[in-house]
Amino acid sequence: MSAAPAAMPAAKTHAKRRAIAPSKGRRPWTFYALTALFVFYVLALYGPMICIYILSFQDVRGGLVFPMKGFSLHWFVDLFTQVRTGDVKGAFSRSIKLAILVTAITVVVSFLSAMAFRRRFPGDNIVFALMIGSLVAPGLVLGIGVGLMFNFLGIDTSWWGSALGAQLSWTLPFGVLVMFAVMSRFNPAWEEAAYDLGATRWQTIRLVIVPVLAPGLVAVALFGFTLSYDEFARTLQTAGPQNTLPLEIWSMTMNVTSPSLYALGTVTTVISFLVIGISLGTIVLMQKRRGQRAPMH
Amino acid sequence: MAIQRGAIELAGLTKSYDGVTPVVQGVNLKIPDGAYCCFLGPSGCGKTTILRMIAGHEDPTDGEILIGGENVVGLPPVERGTAMMFQSYALFPHLSVRDNIAFALRVRGQDKAERYRLTDAMIEKVRLTELRDRLPGQLSGGQQQRVALARAAITEPRVLLLDEPLSALDEQLRIQMRSELRRMQRELGITFIHVTHSQLEAIALADIVVVMEKGQIKQSGAARDVYAAPKDRYVAEFLGGQNVFSGRVGTVNGDRIVLQASEMKQVAIPLCGARVKQGDAIDVAVRRDDINLLRPGATLAGDTSSLASRVMGIEYQGNFVKVMLDPVGSDEFVAYVPERTFFHDPLDIGDVVMAAWPADHARLLA
Repeated sequence: MSAAPAAMPAAKTHAKRRAIAPSKGRRPWTFYALTALFVFYVLALYGPMICIYILSFQDVRGGLVFPMKGFSLHWFVDLFTQVRTGDVKGAFSRSIKLAILVTAITVVVSFLSAMAFRRRFPGDNIVFALMIGSLVAPGLVLGIGVGLMFNFLGIDTSWWGSALGAQLSWTLPFGVLVMFAVMSRFNPAWEEAAYDLGATRWQTIRLVIVPVLAPGLVAVALFGFTLSYDEFARTLQTAGPQNTLPLEIWSMTMNVTSPSLYALGTVTTVISFLVIGISLGTIVLMQKRRGQRAPMH
Repeated sequence: MAIQRGAIELAGLTKSYDGVTPVVQGVNLKIPDGAYCCFLGPSGCGKTTILRMIAGHEDPTDGEILIGGENVVGLPPVERGTAMMFQSYALFPHLSVRDNIAFALRVRGQDKAERYRLTDAMIEKVRLTELRDRLPGQLSGGQQQRVALARAAITEPRVLLLDEPLSALDEQLRIQMRSELRRMQRELGITFIHVTHSQLEAIALADIVVVMEKGQIKQSGAARDVYAAPKDRYVAEFLGGQNVFSGRVGTVNGDRIVLQASEMKQVAIPLCGARVKQGDAIDVAVRRDDINLLRPGATLAGDTSSLASRVMGIEYQGNFVKVMLDPVGSDEFVAYVPERTFFHDPLDIGDVVMAAWPADHARLLA
């Protein structure tokens, strides 16, 4: 009882200080220290890549190191026309197709497993642990294992078969984890309300569950696509005779000594950013349209 | 029609989740068509489970639920003709007010023009026309409640089930929405079943109050009967407004008994047909607003019971003053004194008083 009146003036001055601080416009030194740290981080992150992007725009005399020689799109054209750099076009289209396939399967399976995990069922802990297990398994070893197994079964490895499977072992646990986080904000009463109002199970999924979870599903799709698009370790031993794009880039680093390698780096980065941009844009648009969420209890 | 369509009968209704401990046990109740019925009890007493069983969101372990004379156990909500308003309203966050209310018509395959015509009429009824295109997240608590009500009512159910409909609102809004619920119930003319843990809400709204404890009905009846004539200590304490004393029967003489308790002498209690004998343990209730506080030495009116006590605390409540008196045994002892009466001769903490009440206003509890 006696503590309450004593604590009150302290709380009041504290509130006052907090209210006044921003209007003075003075920030503590820690703000600048942390800003500097973050700027350094971004530079360290993008600096090496920016070098590659810049060097990919050289003209025909261009080499693999600075200084920059001329400015043209020569190496981009070279990338898609010259045969000696390998089958970039084919690898690119295979990677995109594979990523789309992986994305579709990841979204559907993650959604269904999140629906299943809404209620407890016998062995749910084991299923969950096994799933996380495949996430921590070393990718290269897992890829070799998949390759061996296909070999043992007498099935040819291929990017659309064994590599798809190996990549799913990586994207599915991620997708399911994201869906779990999304589902934790799903109010089960929405489903009951739909049932109460006469919706069939299918109508409930189509008109309530999927639209409500849509931003989460887009996030899962984004994960699936980017994880697959630049997956290397699991794909290396499972892609079969035809390379995916990351494998192609890797083999190019071995035998291509022209800036077309850099041009390839620039193109794949642009694609990645486009996918991320479109996904995030979609989510932002959905959230905006939806406004603030109804408070939950 | 012999049996009215919105009349409800619960017969031996029992629910157990694990097969061992019943959450609801053997509930029997009749609710007439068009009544406003409140289930009242603390959390975990099974009131929400009963509501959900009537709604068709849970299946009873045993017993029958009759709506309009027909056993509805096993039927989906739509075939029962019930609609439920959920505790946090469960409005669909991605749909506008209009589409939320139109949802039931949409899943029934009604065409857009007809659907919106009916919806807009309902929106008018709950006064939400200006907010028609808003999303639930952009509405206040009270507005959300109106949307939830409209969404449930659009299917013209014969029974509307409300799960703690006012608990998400702040105090002032709660009182305002309370009267709005009652207005809507009169307008729609259908049976409302409302679950609450607030006795104020229950007695303000209900035609029938059902007081529950541990899965069983303790007492049911008109709000005034339950409030003014509680059957036992539990009901009296839950509804409030009563002092409950326990003691033993001293002597029985005619239609009165004398209560014997450590701090009381010669308190006479009307018997009202109850059968007790000397030495029986009994509970007695005296309404807090029946108690007059007199200065020591004042003359008592005839046929008055009284008790010497001391003022322990005073709370001003606006229209009355709550005076906490020395507890009788372990039982709280409180008097509600009308404001004007109190300030005519204000008491202070520590003052010795005579607490007196008309002898025949005391009630013997079961």
